[in-house]
Amino acid sequence: MQVKLTVNGQARSDDVEPRLLLVHYLRERCGLRAANVGCDTTSCGACTVLLNGRSVKSCTVLTVQAAGQDVTTAEGLAGDGEMHPVQATFRAEHGLQCGFCTPGIVMAAVGLLAENPHPTESEVRSGLEGNFCRCTGYHNIVRAVLAAADANPEIAP
Amino acid sequence: MIPAPFEYVAASSVGHALDLLAESGDEAKLLAGGHSLLPMMKLRLAAPSVLIDIGRIPELAGVRADGDELVIGAATCHADVAGSDLVRSQAPLLAHAASQVGDPQIRHRGTIGGSLAHADPAADLPMALAALGGVTVITGPGGTRTVAAGEFFTGFFETVLEPDEVLTAVRVPRAPDAAWGYQKFVRRANDWAIVGVAATGGRIALANMGPVPLRARAAEQALAEGAGPAEAAALAAEGTEPVDDIHAGRAYRQHLARVLTRRALEHRVG
Amino acid sequence: MSILGTRVLRTEDPRFLTTGGVYTEDVVDERLAGACHVHFVRSPVAHARLRSVDVSAALAAPGVVAAFTAADLAELPARKPPIPPLVSEHMPQPLLARDVVRYVGEPVAVVVTEDPYQGEDAAELVDADYDPLPPVINPVAAARGEPAVLFAEAGTNICASFGDAAQLDAGLFDGCEAVVSAVIVNQRVAPAPMETRAAAAAWAGDGRLTAWIPNQGAQETRDAVAAMLGLDAAAVRVITPDVGGAFGAKFGADAEHAVVCWVARRLGRPARWTETRSENLVAMTHGRAQIQTVTIGGGRDGTIAAYRLEILQDSGAYPTAYGPVLPGLTIMMAPGPYAFPKTEAVARSVVTNTTPVGAYRGAGRPEATAAVERAIDLFAVEIGVDPAEVRRKNLLPRFTEPHTTAFGAVYDSGDYPAALAAALDAAGYAGLRAEQARRRAAGDPVQLGIGLACYVEITGGGDGGDAGPAENATVEVHADGTATVLTGTSPHGQGHETAWAMLVSDELGVPVEKVTVKWGDTDLIPEGGGTGGSRSLQQGGAAVQQASRELLEVARQRAAEGLEASAADLVFDRERSAFAVAGDPDAAVPLTALAAAERLFVRAVFTAPGPTFPFGTHVAVAEVDTETGRVVLRRVVTVDDAGTVLNPLLAEGQRHGGIAQGAAQAFCEEVLYDADGNPLTSTFADYPFLSATEVPSFELADMATPTSYNPLGAKGIGEAGSIGATPAVQNSIIDALAHLGVRHIDLPASPQRVWQAVRAAKENA
Repeated sequence: MQVKLTVNGQARSDDVEPRLLLVHYLRERCGLRAANVGCDTTSCGACTVLLNGRSVKSCTVLTVQAAGQDVTTAEGLAGDGEMHPVQATFRAEHGLQCGFCTPGIVMAAVGLLAENPHPTESEVRSGLEGNFCRCTGYHNIVRAVLAAADANPEIAP
Repeated sequence: MIPAPFEYVAASSVGHALDLLAESGDEAKLLAGGHSLLPMMKLRLAAPSVLIDIGRIPELAGVRADGDELVIGAATCHADVAGSDLVRSQAPLLAHAASQVGDPQIRHRGTIGGSLAHADPAADLPMALAALGGVTVITGPGGTRTVAAGEFFTGFFETVLEPDEVLTAVRVPRAPDAAWGYQKFVRRANDWAIVGVAATGGRIALANMGPVPLRARAAEQALAEGAGPAEAAALAAEGTEPVDDIHAGRAYRQHLARVLTRRALEHRVG
Repeated sequence: MSILGTRVLRTEDPRFLTTGGVYTEDVVDERLAGACHVHFVRSPVAHARLRSVDVSAALAAPGVVAAFTAADLAELPARKPPIPPLVSEHMPQPLLARDVVRYVGEPVAVVVTEDPYQGEDAAELVDADYDPLPPVINPVAAARGEPAVLFAEAGTNICASFGDAAQLDAGLFDGCEAVVSAVIVNQRVAPAPMETRAAAAAWAGDGRLTAWIPNQGAQETRDAVAAMLGLDAAAVRVITPDVGGAFGAKFGADAEHAVVCWVARRLGRPARWTETRSENLVAMTHGRAQIQTVTIGGGRDGTIAAYRLEILQDSGAYPTAYGPVLPGLTIMMAPGPYAFPKTEAVARSVVTNTTPVGAYRGAGRPEATAAVERAIDLFAVEIGVDPAEVRRKNLLPRFTEPHTTAFGAVYDSGDYPAALAAALDAAGYAGLRAEQARRRAAGDPVQLGIGLACYVEITGGGDGGDAGPAENATVEVHADGTATVLTGTSPHGQGHETAWAMLVSDELGVPVEKVTVKWGDTDLIPEGGGTGGSRSLQQGGAAVQQASRELLEVARQRAAEGLEASAADLVFDRERSAFAVAGDPDAAVPLTALAAAERLFVRAVFTAPGPTFPFGTHVAVAEVDTETGRVVLRRVVTVDDAGTVLNPLLAEGQRHGGIAQGAAQAFCEEVLYDADGNPLTSTFADYPFLSATEVPSFELADMATPTSYNPLGAKGIGEAGSIGATPAVQNSIIDALAHLGVRHIDLPASPQRVWQAVRAAKENA
């Protein structure tokens, strides 16, 4: 069936199976492969994107459910060759190692800061409870999110 | 990992959804946020051949006051329930329960109606509804009925909802001054409760102590007779036969129910 | 000012952050155009005769191109263990199950479809007929051959042995004033890298295979795939895309990788596969899974006279991964950093109807440290001496010349007492004990526990044969001012692109961002040892530095000729990346000019004298809710001394990740089976994978005792965190309850286990 939605500011119209998960639509139909699939129980958050500005796990959203809506992926965060402030602090704080969880956790962090611009460490940790990382032990990820919050009073998604 | 094939149709109104349900019979399931249904379908534990999307019907979302009750549209997501000024001030236990479901991404999609209809006894909202003495509003071909929390859940992942009915709203009493306590015992942050307790207005509801959210009647009785938190909580597990699973055996669950009930009663807010 | 030792940000990061890494499932390549998709059908029972597999219904399903069973793969040999005859050769593992299935998740058939979604639909239609056999789940029973022997040809479930229990000295503990013995479990865990396994395969007209496989060393992967397909290694090219974590579970290749390649050849079109997480949690090798009997004895003053470790290693259903041989490393490291006068260790590895066990971050060494650190705490409680004091009394004193242990390990350099002292100081040990005492006196329901672990571990071990462990690197400087490194290592998050660029930059003056590092393509780099066992910097990095130095000498000679000067009169100016005659800086010859005239590159092999032995001490502070059993990990303070640190940012990241995994094993994660061998933790909803809310920020103290084994002074850091953290956290939880009479809680110290221990102690009081 036909579905129309906006992805990283670009309007799209595609013919999809109802069961096509949004994460697979983004990866295979849009060629946006930053979001990854890391589990099958809506647990790990590697697929996190923004849907109308709110963080969601795109593995548990049907593409057809996103009809008429705005999707933002990690690829859509950077503007004019400059990294988004959260991407920049992830680099500055060594908040990524293998990178597989990174786009999802960055999007979750962007969503978190949009709702809570000045979180405490504890709020960052619980704000990221839906994102698993195996490499970093979360230590530098938390630093990166706190650094982004400090550096930017108002972080827009 | 991915669901079996199905047809999808977006309903434009509750009436439309009822018509679609009537057409599809047992083959259809309602889809709102999809965060109870889709995970089951992805593991192929459920395979409806038709999904009727009620997630964007305007009349099904939102919170309003109606006399001495709050009315919450069934398709209101947990984040919006948790963030609603009305819910936070008038039924703070419900706002808190909604803020505890899963993780932020799940709360942006999962809905109160979806969670109640899914009827996982380990979940936050069924327990909260039972503690609040709330009712569900159900619309079917024959009209609308209300079913109290105590009657709504009939078994493990089972409710009174007929295949041709839509849960359209939840009503909870407005009780801005009522003290409430909430304890959710988890191994990891975004887990379902190993045991949960919600207490307010003389009611004590338990999560994951049986196939449905249970009321700790003996403990409630003791409270009503003037017992203090510790004394009442000692009776919290009376009559329960919780399952053994990888997280907890029966004795441990019953022990947790007692401890968490005492803490819920001792640490009431408001 | 050298760049070495500074916090250089990773050159890898911008692309990972903006467009995402390119993992195997992401690879877009014309050679893979039109690829079909492979889906495995797996056994739902732990032990059964496989009577038949009927794929006819699947073949009729939409989009199905083909379906295959073991019968189709008859010409391919079964897998044998990697290190015969140490491990039984009578327990072969077919690529697809033939006649018998031996674990839930074992591949039984494949369906191949046009679209990946169709694979799962078709797989449901495969009809396999299983005739259940008694499931062998308990390793102790398995060792007795009960309730069944998995491989009739072997006649036993024991697949490897180390030492001989009959040779143990019955009088080992004679004369000891106190002896404590305990059976402890080092539980099975799932490595669970965020990227599951995957493969993409394409065959060329010349019969060569190109396979994209996430791995920890493309060369080993190539050899494994070639062996499984009965090919010469030369016929196989492995390309390594970005790898989303490995932790020991992506060495070499598994049956599935080979089957995907075989499918591509059979069908004459490229084939791709990505496993789901549910598959990954039952079909990727598991880690740890040892049952240990520890016995420790000594004087009431805390001096330990003897220590014995007996190990039963659960290898899972097939001994073809590293699981069976890990006890060899556990035994080697059994005495740890201690000067025990007498130590004995023996081990047996058994097969069971569970997922095969392989290497997992630390691979045999965390088990050694966990055992001895638990034993020391048990002994300390028995004699009523502070556990820090017992450790202090028994640690090997500082040494600067290599120290050979009774187990033949040659510790290169170490100062274990200093590491202990530094960690205790950083943690504020005395203050913690005071707080603990205060809460005990007050009967606080939330008690405080302090746990210690002193460790030494072996890194960079490997079969370098007589020459010693080695690694190669090729460094080339280009005319345009860039440089390229070809490395035999295989990073999957460790940051080698940045680290190797730092080394090149330090020697040759090429800016870090102009150095490109390549790895993982066996046509480009046919030899290499990969990344594992914490070997990469000390061998791979040393090779990069050596190649850079040798390149400089080649350049020096050419520059001398060009300048008609003697090489000895030339000075290399790093700032300008140029040679000049001393005292005449204007007549400079940049490396770029030399490269323009003639290709400027060197391939070097660095050979280490042997493995190195990083060491440290971890201090964990836990709060335990005695009413519910819930543990909150408050602090983890560590000293991890891995010699000279090349890039503190990267080193800290490795420590953090290791600490988190180590802590996870202590109180969070476990793989569980029911009595029939059905996995109970096969999704991320059930497997208690550690999230950000379960751990605090960590406190890392610095200590660097260089090694003389390589010019970098570096030892391996990758696994140290997981080695120290598990016992430190475990000990902290038990320590919190010691005053109640709790002596031991097995890993993981889940809330229920903790509560049961408290309850049992109260009943015994």
